[in-house]
Amino acid sequence: MIHTFIGNLGQLSIIIAFVSALVAAFAFYKSVVGDDLQKEGWLSYAQWAFYIHAVAVVSVVVCLYYIVYNHYFEYHYAWSHSSRQLPVYYMISCFWEGQEGSFLLWIFWNVVLGIVILRTNNLWKGPVMTIFSLVQGFLASMILGVVIFNVKIGSTPFILLRDAMLDAPVFQMNPDFVPEDGTGLNALLQNYWMVIHPPTLFLGFATTLVPFAYCVAGLWTGKVREWIKPALPWALFSAMVLGVGILMGAYWAYETLNFGGYWNWDPVENAVYVPWLVLVASYHTMITYRKSNTALKTSVILVVATFILILYSTFLTRSGILGESSVHSFTDLGLSGQLLIYLLAFTLLSVILMVRRWKQIPVSQKEVSTYSREFWIFIGATTLCLMGFQVLVATSFPVYNSVLSGLGIESNIALPADQVTYYTKFQLWFAVVLAVLSGTGQFFWWRKMDPNKLKDILMGPILITLVVSGLVMWITEVTHFPYIVVLVTAIYSVVANGKILWELKKESWHLSGGSIAHIGIAMMLIGIMYSSGYSKVVSLNKSGLLISREVDDEFNLQNVILFLNEPRQMDKYSLVYEGRTVEAEGVPGYVPVEVLSPTNDPYYWIAAEDVVHKGNVVKSEGDTLEISPENIYFKIRYEQGNGKNFTLYPRIQVNASMGQVASPDIKRAVAKDLYTHLSYAPYMTEEETREWTHTDSVNIKIGDRFYINDFVAQLNDVRRVYQVKGLELGDEDIAVMASITVAADQQEHLLEPIFLIRDQRAARIPDVINDLGVRVAFSKINPATDSFDFDIYTTQKDFVILKAIEKPYINILWSGTLLLVIGYVIAIRRRYREFVLSRNKGLE
Amino acid sequence: MKKSHILGIVVIATAIGIIISTAGDASSYVTFRQAQEMAFSGNDSKIHVVGTLKKADDGDVVGIEPAADKLSFSFVMVDADMKEQKVYYPEPMPVDFLRSEQVVVIGAYHDELFVADKILLKCPSKYQEQEIAINS
Repeated sequence: MIHTFIGNLGQLSIIIAFVSALVAAFAFYKSVVGDDLQKEGWLSYAQWAFYIHAVAVVSVVVCLYYIVYNHYFEYHYAWSHSSRQLPVYYMISCFWEGQEGSFLLWIFWNVVLGIVILRTNNLWKGPVMTIFSLVQGFLASMILGVVIFNVKIGSTPFILLRDAMLDAPVFQMNPDFVPEDGTGLNALLQNYWMVIHPPTLFLGFATTLVPFAYCVAGLWTGKVREWIKPALPWALFSAMVLGVGILMGAYWAYETLNFGGYWNWDPVENAVYVPWLVLVASYHTMITYRKSNTALKTSVILVVATFILILYSTFLTRSGILGESSVHSFTDLGLSGQLLIYLLAFTLLSVILMVRRWKQIPVSQKEVSTYSREFWIFIGATTLCLMGFQVLVATSFPVYNSVLSGLGIESNIALPADQVTYYTKFQLWFAVVLAVLSGTGQFFWWRKMDPNKLKDILMGPILITLVVSGLVMWITEVTHFPYIVVLVTAIYSVVANGKILWELKKESWHLSGGSIAHIGIAMMLIGIMYSSGYSKVVSLNKSGLLISREVDDEFNLQNVILFLNEPRQMDKYSLVYEGRTVEAEGVPGYVPVEVLSPTNDPYYWIAAEDVVHKGNVVKSEGDTLEISPENIYFKIRYEQGNGKNFTLYPRIQVNASMGQVASPDIKRAVAKDLYTHLSYAPYMTEEETREWTHTDSVNIKIGDRFYINDFVAQLNDVRRVYQVKGLELGDEDIAVMASITVAADQQEHLLEPIFLIRDQRAARIPDVINDLGVRVAFSKINPATDSFDFDIYTTQKDFVILKAIEKPYINILWSGTLLLVIGYVIAIRRRYREFVLSRNKGLE
Repeated sequence: MKKSHILGIVVIATAIGIIISTAGDASSYVTFRQAQEMAFSGNDSKIHVVGTLKKADDGDVVGIEPAADKLSFSFVMVDADMKEQKVYYPEPMPVDFLRSEQVVVIGAYHDELFVADKILLKCPSKYQEQEIAINS
């Protein structure tokens, strides 16, 4: 049955949301420019419209969630992003796997922010909410899914599967066909970071609108100075949320992807990094303006630029223009034109307003002194912008190609082949400049400076820096020149800001946000320098055997092959690959695949023996276990000789849309992480199943010795058994089990193949030694000669190819992040209180 | 000269420096013929080539030669000019490789062989497939 009501309700809500946003925009606009007498009326009318918009948006969200939650696979969105197997806590992730859902998330956050502004700022709400409502109109149009004059506007999440797939033969036969199950959420996104990273990032996106809206409102209404105060806490909040969102993504990549790091300079990452840099520059100049009435023009430009860059990055990642240069941009929904209009409309609007008001924006006439804080902040902001510019120039390559080809010029530039080197060679030096500025700038910020004073005040921190960095360099063996510079400048920044922090502590901790955040950034820099610059491959192939003799073979040297249960030395560890495991519902840890036998449903396996965890039986033989079959965890035991052993479970995921994805497992320690991922494991796909080769047939008597695959074996015993695992034996049935011992690697293995006569037919139940890659089948009993026939099969032993990397001091990066957030919280609190104080005095 | 002017000049100089350096580092999308000409003229910079896998008439991919240990492989790629070229990739075959509808290889010629450092695949995403399994 097709549930049309819920979809229609959702679609209706989208249309209401779209229309009410436009109505609100118009009414808020009239409340600013209309007759004085009517302003109040327009304003209350506009607020009503915005609240209706808010209700409609919530209704869209609820309808979509209802569809996903109830598995209404007649809807394309549910079918393509969810499945019956999907746990409820991941259903929320369906919202951001699809392009429509992520627009919806953005719209939702804007609604929340709009309501906060309506509630907190009476004086500004008219003009600010005009901008807000206008943006909401544009965003809502992206999910409208309406065709007007043959132009498709937006793409709705409420489209039925049959309308999305008009050509599918199923629907031509039966229009009411509803698929049994959805195609599921991409398994890579089934991770807790993917539940919180996208909402955080989108909240960051959404919050950049607030300073922009205040700025545009200020330009529009002629309050070219006053907008700074209410906008400043929002700009700080936005930078914090966006920064945290980016880092969560980085952390997810570190834990889940296997490129060996947290940042890959992928265009999608760059598209958020650039606006964040400009945003950070913008609140620095805004703070300068609050303090000394300079840099207002710069602040206007930077605030506007931040928002435009957010729109530009939306365009880049969603229009499909990145196509072949990025691995993970959204699929093209044909919205490029609409996105371009959105981008151009707001660029044009803000440029026109800026030009109109440019002469009215005050500038300070006096020449900036080198010893003023304004000068240093300005240099810092400029560095941040140049940093962003470098990334932007390269990330926009695909745009140049399409613009040029639009003009009829053939262009074929591609991103630099080695992106990491390309970006690092600039970003590293910019970061060094920032570290120096963030240390020194703070002294200028809190005190009046002249050359002599500066010398006195810098002497202490510089001396401490030199001593500390000398020690650190010596202990951690930092010798590469650029890294030495990074280390020294970052330590300088920590020391200098630490000194400021110490002095501020006596005054008030409310002022300490800046110095704490700067220490955080400097620590992040140190952590990045160590973990990337000195990451060390420890899985060096020292066997002397090349895996392949061809050129350019880094792979040979940096990977280790581990055969099942064969210990091998790697660096200071002895490694053993102990087999494949899966995660099962209700069982802590991992369950070895051998103790499970499959059923017809890939999600349910039966325990062939008791499942034991820490000495307790958690599932008994015969119990059904719910597992996630796409994730196989490879158990690798690390022994260090000193008794400090540990086990890592790197994963290979057979991902329906992306093929095999290897995820690392990380052994975390204070000083360094040991990052292990598999480069290759055999038998992961159905085409690549294990092949057994028949190598030998033997005819032997009890007590005879024979060879299995070069291993010495002996037939000890043959006896009748009355129970066979997994079989019901009838009264007439006979089962005979042979007992064979195989000696290999100073170990005895036992093989117990069974010969069975069941319903008067002979059958064989072979036994396998996985460690040796051997299978033996009991094929015949010869009563005349008292002998037995066995068939011997061999296969390639299970193995994995593994790469392990040490990431030193990566924890400095994560703890720096934490400090940065604390610094932001303190600064936001301070700036928000300033705003509330002056608002309550009726000043703004 | 005012300080702000000096600063402006420095900023502009840096920006120009960035652009020039970027242009210098930029790779390019070329065909195999152009790539080979570049290699012959001594230019060994890495380039991008876009193409598809060579397929027989029945749609099966042909020309794949995995190494015995499956840790590297070579394949035949057809570029926009329909030129066929053997490409060597020193890593295991990406799993969706054979299903890809477009392949971008980044690398350079080593004599007659094109050695890829990186392969980008464009696969028919399962979300776009116009087929629905009927479970009756």
